[in-house]
Amino acid sequence: MTVVAGTPKVASLADLFAVAYQIEADAVERYDLLADQMATHNNPELVAVFRDLSRAEAIHRDEICRLAEGVNVVVHAQRMASWSRGESPEAASLDEAHYLMTPWHALQLALAAEQRALAFFKSVAESTKDPAIKKMADEFVEEEAEHVNLVHRLIRKYPKPVDNWYTDPDPPVSQE
Amino acid sequence: MSVVEMRAACKPGDYKSDIKPIWCPGCGDYHVLMSFSRAFAELALPPEDIVVVSGIGCSSRIPAYTSCYGFHGVHGRSLALATGLKVTRPELTVIVASGDGDGYSIGGNHFLHACRRNVDMTYVVMDNHIYGMTKGQPSPTTEPEFDTALSPGGTGLRPFHPLVIALASGANFIARCFSGEPNQTAAILVEAVRHPGFSFVEILSPCVTFRPDEREWKNLVHAAPVSATNDPAKAARRIMTDDGFNIGILYRGDRKPFQPPVGQGSAVDLAELERDFEL
Repeated sequence: MTVVAGTPKVASLADLFAVAYQIEADAVERYDLLADQMATHNNPELVAVFRDLSRAEAIHRDEICRLAEGVNVVVHAQRMASWSRGESPEAASLDEAHYLMTPWHALQLALAAEQRALAFFKSVAESTKDPAIKKMADEFVEEEAEHVNLVHRLIRKYPKPVDNWYTDPDPPVSQE
Repeated sequence: MSVVEMRAACKPGDYKSDIKPIWCPGCGDYHVLMSFSRAFAELALPPEDIVVVSGIGCSSRIPAYTSCYGFHGVHGRSLALATGLKVTRPELTVIVASGDGDGYSIGGNHFLHACRRNVDMTYVVMDNHIYGMTKGQPSPTTEPEFDTALSPGGTGLRPFHPLVIALASGANFIARCFSGEPNQTAAILVEAVRHPGFSFVEILSPCVTFRPDEREWKNLVHAAPVSATNDPAKAARRIMTDDGFNIGILYRGDRKPFQPPVGQGSAVDLAELERDFEL
């Protein structure tokens, strides 16, 4: 596997920490945005799910800051080029959101996000020649793989929605 | 502060307001807002030097969600407002936001003449091929066979072709983007703002509530196979024959922007104007 085109180039351990930090920070921001959307559209169950996901990603983000020790990951991440195509891998897809979505759908978004993050760190681990980067990238791979398994377990707790779950005979009108 | 320092200091978040958008979850306009803030950060412009002008519709809510100056104007008249603003305050960066109903139907005539006038500003149309805010009536870009409650079996009308109209009317920069590619859209917006004259950027922005079929757009969009041309004839042929999902900068013209002299005697004297209006 090679590093996907359009992704930030990881040339040092500091770069890896910065990218990892940014991935988690973007995920937090995205889940908060989705929670806000659901709050606006009166879907409290989904607000709770997205807030929980946001909190989980915030823990990972803070953990990366701790691991990075002397590196100011926030500043370093700003200096690095970001994803020129697509989006930060762990940011849940905004286009898949819907005001009638269920926790099952939210967890499907989370699963896809975790799988993209896993693929990204795998690509870094497999393409680097720097043993320090490889060691840390492997740790991130392991962590993301755990998250993928966790989301799979969570999904099993919720029934798959019916096919026409998004049907609404009276769709919302924008509120002034 | 140098440009490099300024750029480092500007973060996309600086261009977002505290107001939470009320668009439907899944709406492409969320991504467009993201692209705006990323483009503004890349341009390293202070928020107070940017004005986002809009008309009416879901897309026209966008000024409120930015920290820049904004003008939520009347239906279809955003370009008229923006033109007045830009010619009197040329130092400002003026971005006009609209949708396919506001921009191509109610504001269709302003669109033609704004292209023709070629004032240095950027016109962004978030096109979802439907009137979303008013619950799904067909817009000028709705496909003829698209079935709605108000047009059973479809309108049967040929859709408006905004990029061709823009080219024929004299727009100096024409691009098509997809909201689901916010970084690419931001990069094109940066180019649009930097290009002198009237820049027209059409952003395909799905309405998942009234056009759930538009979720498929992400699988249909593709990069324009050739780079932008400055030859209007070549651009016309490409735009007329593409499939509507070609993404990228399609035309970069070299017409001189229209900018009347300001503050040199020919500008309107506001006091005089006020006297003229006295009864």
